Amino acid sequence: MPPRHKSLVLLAGVILLQVLLLAVQIKRDSQGRLIRTWTVGAVSPFERAGSYGFGWFRDVWRNYFALRSAKKDREDLRRENDALKLRIAQLEGKAAETDRLAALLHFRQSQSDVPMVAARVIGGSAGTASLTIEIDRGEKDGIRQSMGVITPDGVVGKVSEAYAHTSQVLLLTDQRSGVGAMLADSRIQSPVGGVGEPLITMKYVPNDDDVSVGERVITSGMDRIFPRDLPVGTITEIRAGVPFKQIRIKPAANLEKLEEVLVLLTLNPLKGDDVPAAKPAEPVASSPAPPQVVNP
Amino acid sequence: MNRAFDLRMGESHIEVYKFRTGAIPIATLLALVIQAWLPMHFTRAALLDLPLLVVIYLGLSRRNPSTGLLLGTAVGLMQDSLSGPTVPLGLFGIAKTVVGYLASSLGARLDTEHPAARFALTAGFFIIHQAVVALTRRILLAQPEPWFNLRLFAGALVNALVAVVLFILLDRLRRPS
Repeated sequence: MPPRHKSLVLLAGVILLQVLLLAVQIKRDSQGRLIRTWTVGAVSPFERAGSYGFGWFRDVWRNYFALRSAKKDREDLRRENDALKLRIAQLEGKAAETDRLAALLHFRQSQSDVPMVAARVIGGSAGTASLTIEIDRGEKDGIRQSMGVITPDGVVGKVSEAYAHTSQVLLLTDQRSGVGAMLADSRIQSPVGGVGEPLITMKYVPNDDDVSVGERVITSGMDRIFPRDLPVGTITEIRAGVPFKQIRIKPAANLEKLEEVLVLLTLNPLKGDDVPAAKPAEPVASSPAPPQVVNP
Repeated sequence: MNRAFDLRMGESHIEVYKFRTGAIPIATLLALVIQAWLPMHFTRAALLDLPLLVVIYLGLSRRNPSTGLLLGTAVGLMQDSLSGPTVPLGLFGIAKTVVGYLASSLGARLDTEHPAARFALTAGFFIIHQAVVALTRRILLAQPEPWFNLRLFAGALVNALVAVVLFILLDRLRRPS
């Protein structure tokens, strides 16, 4: 038999055997369990090894090579985190600003008899010679020189220069500044002025008068610039002097961190009749008369 | 021994290749293992029929119809065994027996080294394989099975493409002549 015929016969025989195998499976509902068991037994170790190998490769990939993308993700997240931090800071700033403006509004409403305009602080002193701030309101908004500037916390200072759209404010802490004030409890009146330092002084209180540390100092209204009873500060230090006490006061308004202020749009907010009865400081006979409040 | 030898049919000169020791069982086993494992992780890999590609390659290389059909039978039956109870023993066995025989017979007559020839032959054998499977299912098992559809057409192309690359790799298992 030629080789070609031999292979054909072999082909026919092998196919016939498999057809019979199929037929047997169908007839007896058998699944050729033995052959399957042998095959699975032979192949499964390789499958298991392959599965372990793939698992190892996958773990290596995920835990090492894929870290390249993790690094990029980390950088992206860091950038996003920085942006969010910045955003939070901005929002916190806006929230604080809202609170301050709300306080200003509330204060303004409570002082409805005195016309005021809110202004934003846009600059500070250009030099160390004076303690001033610059605000974003000027003559166009009704601001004039010597008008009082306050915050809900207390007195800030007075307008030293009014320009068309901006104004310069001399802070209470400047040595040329001053405000008519009195002690909240004893009602002793005395002007308060700056000395170029963070603390201001009440200079003309006789040594005989009873003054205590922690006592509140408020505006007296006698300067006809500030309404009465506005907080000026709190006494932090009292020393006997010649001829007056040396009283140092911490300003009620945070003059170092001003952002919004109120400008009193009047040069005469209080009439003389409105000024409450106050006990003027009794100067010592030998001492000079207290000077007037200095208007910058 | 262990050298490629010439098979002369008429005026043609066809080289018959032998493989390194253990190369055929290992390649067959690897094809079966990967075939069983790959679709579990990559669904689209179900289009591939690696055991068929191994049968085609070995048939085309050995160029002995008897060896080719027996190898096809063995690989087909093993694939049947690993395919679960829904695939009766003999389904892929018969199809791969036919493909093994045809590949060996054609390999003895044609130059099957060129990638284009390998691509076309693999696509053709895939279609024949599917036709035999469909015939077996429809006639012997009375089960519905499409003769051919778009998915099988894609399978033919994918397997033919993979075969071009795989056959180059398998060429390295040949013994140097």
